[in-house]
Amino acid sequence: MQLTGAEILVRCLQEEKVEHVFGYPGGSVLYIYDELFKQDKFKPVLVRHEQAAVHAADAYSRSSSKIGVCMVTSGPGVTNAVTGIATAYMDSVPMVIISGQVPTAYIGQDAFQECDTVGITRPCVKHNFLVKDVKDLALTIKKAFYLAKTGRPGPVLIDVPKDITTHKCEYHYPKTVSLRSYNPVVKGHSGQIKKAAQLLLSAQRPVIYAGGGVILSDASEALTKLARALNFPVTNTLMGLGGYPATDAQNLGMLGMHGTYEANMAMQHCDVLIAVGSRFDDRVIGNPAHFGSVPRKIIHIDIDPSSISKRVKVDVPIVGGVPEVLTELMKQLDAINETPDVKALADWWKQIEAWRGKKSLKYKQGKDVIMPQYVVEKLYEVTKGDAFVTSDVGQHQMWAAQYYKFDKPRRWINSGGLGTMGVGLPYAMGVRFANPKATVACVTGEASIQMCIQELSTAKQFRLPIKIINLNNRYLGMVRQWQEMFHGNRHAESYVDALPDFVKLAEAYGHVGMQITKPADVEGALKEAFTTHKNELVFLDFLTDQTANVYPMVAAGKGLSEMILAEDL
Amino acid sequence: MRHIISILIENEAGALSRVAGLFSARGYNIESLTVAPTEDASLSRITIVTMGSDDVVEQITKQLNKLIDVVKVVDLSEAAHIERELMLVKVRAMGPDRDEMKRLADIFRGRVIDVTDKTYVIELTGDGAKLDSFLESIDRALILETVRTGVSGIGRGERILKV
Repeated sequence: MQLTGAEILVRCLQEEKVEHVFGYPGGSVLYIYDELFKQDKFKPVLVRHEQAAVHAADAYSRSSSKIGVCMVTSGPGVTNAVTGIATAYMDSVPMVIISGQVPTAYIGQDAFQECDTVGITRPCVKHNFLVKDVKDLALTIKKAFYLAKTGRPGPVLIDVPKDITTHKCEYHYPKTVSLRSYNPVVKGHSGQIKKAAQLLLSAQRPVIYAGGGVILSDASEALTKLARALNFPVTNTLMGLGGYPATDAQNLGMLGMHGTYEANMAMQHCDVLIAVGSRFDDRVIGNPAHFGSVPRKIIHIDIDPSSISKRVKVDVPIVGGVPEVLTELMKQLDAINETPDVKALADWWKQIEAWRGKKSLKYKQGKDVIMPQYVVEKLYEVTKGDAFVTSDVGQHQMWAAQYYKFDKPRRWINSGGLGTMGVGLPYAMGVRFANPKATVACVTGEASIQMCIQELSTAKQFRLPIKIINLNNRYLGMVRQWQEMFHGNRHAESYVDALPDFVKLAEAYGHVGMQITKPADVEGALKEAFTTHKNELVFLDFLTDQTANVYPMVAAGKGLSEMILAEDL
Repeated sequence: MRHIISILIENEAGALSRVAGLFSARGYNIESLTVAPTEDASLSRITIVTMGSDDVVEQITKQLNKLIDVVKVVDLSEAAHIERELMLVKVRAMGPDRDEMKRLADIFRGRVIDVTDKTYVIELTGDGAKLDSFLESIDRALILETVRTGVSGIGRGERILKV
C-alpha cells in the first residue's frame, strides 16, 4: 500500500510503541501533525517552548527504560531544541528527535524558517539523518531508535523536509536493522574480567565507584549483588545516585566536588578502584594529577571505549555493557572461590567509619530561617523516600543530591553533564508521563525555575500533579558561593531582583501556590501539598537562608582530599 | 608525534564533516586530510595526518571509531607503511630558468605536464619531505602556484585495510 511520508512516520512511531510525542507544531511539520491528529494510538503533548519538549522526552527516557520522542518544526523549532538535545547527549540519554525541514528544493536557499539542522546538531547528537527520499524514511526511523538505545545511548535526530512528508511510497517497517559500521561491544573480554576478579580479591582498600552507566543499563541489581558479595564500599556519582541503595550501610554517598568526606577520602586512599559506568569527570576526581599522585590499581568497565583512559590511565580496561560484565565478573569470582582479605577489609571499614564520623553533611537548622537542606530532608521524609525527584542546576541541585536518599535507580533526574538550568519542570513533566501514578517533586531555585516557567501551562493542560519545591534564596546561589570564595565576595549579577510573586504566578496558571517562611511550617506545608493537594500542581515557595553554601566542597583544580568542610569555616 | 590515520567511512553526505567536526570540537590537529571514494563506491577512504602524544592519538582513534559512519580506523604509522603526496607546481620558465626547471624536475623524478612559452606545470609525487625539498631547491620568486593533495598512505605487504 502506498502511504505518504507523514503517514509512514506516524506508523513507524506506532511500531516503536511510542506513547507520547512531546513537541510543538509549525509549518514544516504540519502534515505530520495532521496524521498525529487522525490517529489515537499515541498522544502528542503540546509544550510551550521546544526546549521543554526535548527535556520532557529526555526525562521520559531517564525515568523509564523507554525512549522519549519529540518533534519540532524547522528553523527556530530546531534551534530552541538544541539546549535540550545537548543536555541529553552529555548524559547519554536515548531519545529520538524528529525535526521538520523546508522542502528539499528550498534547502540552501535561505528559505523561511530554514536552518542547517544536521550541521547545527551534529556535535550534540549520537547521530543524525537528513531524509532526502521518502523511500528511506521507514528504515531511517528504525535506525534512529536502534542507535539511540544501543551501545552508549544518546539522542538521534531525523530531519524530514516537508515535501518528503507528502511524497508517497510503499510502506514497510523493517523488524531489525544492522549497520556494518556500528557494532557496540556488549560482552566484556573474559580474560580482562578474570584479571579484574583477581585484582578485586587482592584488594586491601577497595572502592566501587559507580556512575550513570549503571542506571542507563539497568545494572543496579547486578551492582548491588557484587558489592554485597564482596562487602566493598560503594560511592555513586551525581548521575549514578540510586544505582546502589543510598540507605545501605555500604554506601558512602555521592563523591566529587560536593561529595561526602568519606566518599572522597576513600576514593583518594583506596588501593583498588573499580569504576563502573563512570568516566572520571572533572567534577568527580578534581585535579587528575593530584588524583594520580597516589598509587592504586584501577579497573574500568564502560561500554564506550573512548571513556576509558581518557582522563585517568587505568590498569584493567573492560569494554562492555555494565550488567553483562558485572554478571560475568560475579561468575569468575565464584569460580576462583577465594575471599577478599577479611582483616584488611575490616581495617578499611574502620577507617571509613572514622571518616564518616565527621558527619560532613551536618548543618544547623535554627528557629527563624529555613535552611535549604532541611527542606530536602523533610521532602525525603514526607515522600517516604519514594518520589521521583527532578532538579534544576545550582546549589539546590547539590542539596537534593546530598539529602534525598535514593534507594532506587531512575528516581533522580537531573542535568549532570551539561548542567542546564531550566530542566527541572519539563523533566518533572516527562517523568510523570512515563510514570503516570508516580509522586514527582521538582527541587529548584527561583532562578532556574524561571528558565522554563511557561511549562506551568502545559502542566495545567495535562493535569500533572507535580510538586515544585522552590528553594528561594533570592540569589543565583552557586554563582554567589563561587563569588564569595574566589572573586572577593563581589556579587556580580548574582542577586535576583524583581522576583515574581510565585504564589500568584502559580495561581495565574491555575495551580496551587504556597509561600513558606518559617522552619516550623516546612513539614506541614509539604504534607499539605502531597496529601490535600495530591492531584494538583503545587508551587511551594520556600524562602531559605540567603547565606547557605554547599559543603563539602572540592574547589576546582584541587584534589579530592583537599575538601573544604562546613565545620572548617 | 606525527601519525597517519586511515579511515574507511560510509560514502554518505556529511560524513566528512563529521570527521572534520570531531577534530575541531576536541581540539585535535589536522596537518593534512585527503578523501576519495574507494573501489567500493559505498565507501570513502580518508587519510589524516595529525600530531599528538600517544594518549591523544589513542583518543583520536577511539573517537573516530565512535562515529556511526566510520567503518574502520587504522593508525598507519604504527607499522611499516608507504606515504605519498602529489604536488603540482606552476613555475615561471623563461630564458635560462627554462632548462634549469626541467633539469630539477628530472632530478626529483617529476614531470612537466603543461607548457606555455612562459610557464611550466610540474607534477611531483613523493613523501612530504621530498616535495618540500623540491620547493626549497628552486628560486622562490619563480614559484607561481603550488597545489598539494595531502598525504595518502597504505600499509606494506599483507597489512590491508578493507571491510
